[in-house]
Amino acid sequence: MKVLAVASIGGHWIQLLRLMPLFKEHDVTFMSTNPSLQDTVKEYKFYHVPDSNRRDKVALMKSTLSVSWLVFKIWPRVIITTGAAPGLIAIFAGKLIGAKTIWIDSIANVDRLSMSGKMALKIADRVYTQWEHLQTEQVIYSGNIL
Amino acid sequence: MIFVTIGTQEPFDRLIKVMDELAATVLKGTEVIAQTFETDYKIENMKALNFVPSTDFDAYFNAADLIVSHAGMGTIISALVQNKPIIVMPRLMLYDEHRNEHQLATAKKFDELGYVEVAYSGDELKNKIIEMWPDKLKPMHQIGSVASDSLIKSLREFI
Repeated sequence: MKVLAVASIGGHWIQLLRLMPLFKEHDVTFMSTNPSLQDTVKEYKFYHVPDSNRRDKVALMKSTLSVSWLVFKIWPRVIITTGAAPGLIAIFAGKLIGAKTIWIDSIANVDRLSMSGKMALKIADRVYTQWEHLQTEQVIYSGNIL
Repeated sequence: MIFVTIGTQEPFDRLIKVMDELAATVLKGTEVIAQTFETDYKIENMKALNFVPSTDFDAYFNAADLIVSHAGMGTIISALVQNKPIIVMPRLMLYDEHRNEHQLATAKKFDELGYVEVAYSGDELKNKIIEMWPDKLKPMHQIGSVASDSLIKSLREFI
């Protein structure tokens, strides 16, 4: 299965890489926000996109264009992300091309789902929390990346 | 060697100042390397690095006897995988160190689980290091290199 795995640099990326046993079973392309991360997934296709957040609208626009263009080019059948903004954009773009979309909320979100996670709830096929107490009818808990 | 890391997002001078002061006093003779940002605060007693490529970052991390960091998940996970002693200090919104209070929530949770040492303020960080360096700092919890089986299984079935 053609899978696109997306995460911003830092904790999001480290959490994503902990799903490697799953990625090994598929044709995976990685996407992140810093070119140096290619070194951490040497044997995989890797793209970097501009980072963004909801407060900086210009950066958000650049990121949206870049992420969406790549999603259309790669045409994955599954998109999986551990956040943050570029991952959410990938999920939006993924829905347009009929990909299955999966949001895994960062384990850092202990008290509540992240804002991006709440937005993902509206569009993603699956939203996971990594804390059992945050599980709801729509938000799945099935362990965590630890 | 002590490796100080504050992540890739924003400065965190409250933590950096404490470590810089300690580097000249109680930690004199110990190499202290800090991944940080250029701010008005001039680091005098630590080796300061701005952007650190991930492979170099890993090398410093591996070589460290103690990690002192913000309460970022990346650093916490890396310390748990590598079984490194770590003290985390959460960034607070109050000081504009983060755009929400999730580092405080993360730190409290991991403190409660007994996985990491947590300093909730600069003073607490200073006291912990004075009290614990070097002999009393031990790794508190170790994890494997990949996510829990149940998470991977659930994702596998869905894909």
